[in-house]
Amino acid sequence: MPVAPVRSIGLQFDQVDKRYGAVYALRNLTLNITAGECVAIAGRNGSGKTTLLRVAAQLVRATHGSLTLSGGAEHPKPAIGFVAHATMVYDELTAAENLVVFAKLQRVAEPKRRADELLREVGLEDRKDSLVRTFSRGMRQRVAIARALLAQPALLLFDEPGTGLDAESSAWLTEHLRKLRDTGCTILMSLHGDSDLARLATRAIRLEGGSVIADTQRGAMFQSIFAVTDC
Amino acid sequence: MALLSNAAVLLGKEVRTEFRSRELLSTTIVFVLVVVVVFSFTFDPTTHESRRFGPGLLWMAFLFAASLMLQPCFLREQVNDTLSALRLAVSDPFAIFLAKICANTLFLLLTELLMLPVFAALFNVSFGAQLPGILLTFCLGSLGISVVGTALAVISAQARMRELLLPLLLLPLLTPILVVSTEVTIRLMQPEPYMEWKGIGLMAGFDVVFLTVLWLFGEYLLEE
Repeated sequence: MPVAPVRSIGLQFDQVDKRYGAVYALRNLTLNITAGECVAIAGRNGSGKTTLLRVAAQLVRATHGSLTLSGGAEHPKPAIGFVAHATMVYDELTAAENLVVFAKLQRVAEPKRRADELLREVGLEDRKDSLVRTFSRGMRQRVAIARALLAQPALLLFDEPGTGLDAESSAWLTEHLRKLRDTGCTILMSLHGDSDLARLATRAIRLEGGSVIADTQRGAMFQSIFAVTDC
Repeated sequence: MALLSNAAVLLGKEVRTEFRSRELLSTTIVFVLVVVVVFSFTFDPTTHESRRFGPGLLWMAFLFAASLMLQPCFLREQVNDTLSALRLAVSDPFAIFLAKICANTLFLLLTELLMLPVFAALFNVSFGAQLPGILLTFCLGSLGISVVGTALAVISAQARMRELLLPLLLLPLLTPILVVSTEVTIRLMQPEPYMEWKGIGLMAGFDVVFLTVLWLFGEYLLEE
């Protein structure tokens, strides 16, 4: 499937705190992500990776500080693709119905054709009319990834996207993200450990206690970001 | 226009999901049926008593049925965090509320319309020429219940004691529209029925006020 070039979005986190009660999920986080970067976020459980992605998606409002979107974000509602821990798809709808609903909401041209195209890409063409509740975890994850890619987003946020994927699907995802990265799509993905997906990243950051403790461009120190055991 | 088209897509999704699972409709229809049957056999009312007390019983049954129906409307969106996906996809978050309100009103109306002949038979009352008036009252009353109920459902879905919180918040806020709906329905069931337009105006006003409040502040209710 050809991947259309996108207007990239840059992100500027400025002294962002996110607190749940007395617990800081993000603490004084200042981070500048340039449009078109592919950033891998590493860190132990509870280090703030998911919260960082949810703040970036504007699903969670920062307790303090600000998030500024720049570049292709002149549009009041920039296309953001988000794959979270939860699949964000409806169990009582079929895979195709799920994608068509979200495609229509995002005003994608020819929603059915786009849904079919993506389901073929993720290898679910023969199960497109099956209810999602009959799917395995890996198949649901593939539907979730297809949903996130529907509107050819300018910003992609992936929270451990490889969860539940088999080798074939992981290879497809890596290849697809490579194409998206090369077209200028900004990608933020939280990862556990080194993987093919991590090798796509042009930059890696490591979070601990809601703050950035390491931030490196692709180079000698890059692998060390993932070297620490995260679990 | 994006608001309406998004709401229409989501309404289609709600209706499709419900008619596939029949979770809400079957629960509420059975509940209202049981209440109407139990009341009719317990009180064994005369026609005069039915005209006087029947509408109150009917709206009470509709209220409890609505609280059963409203509880899961946002809980279902939490199962796979689909609410986040919707918030990312729609251009105006009010579209999510609009679709839920339309779906809840539709399901509630369907329940009410199915119960109307059962109520007429068991309580020995006839609506006859007053059916359009009854339908108007049911539409406005159900819309009011759905608007307030949908707003409170999203609040209670994020709370710890969600099963208790919704009815606790719902009952006092719905008291005005329930009182007016009952009064209007009583007038329509009299031997010489008439439409109480003042009541209809109050119901419409209630609906418009709460719909406007939800339109203005609904976005904040959806935030985590």
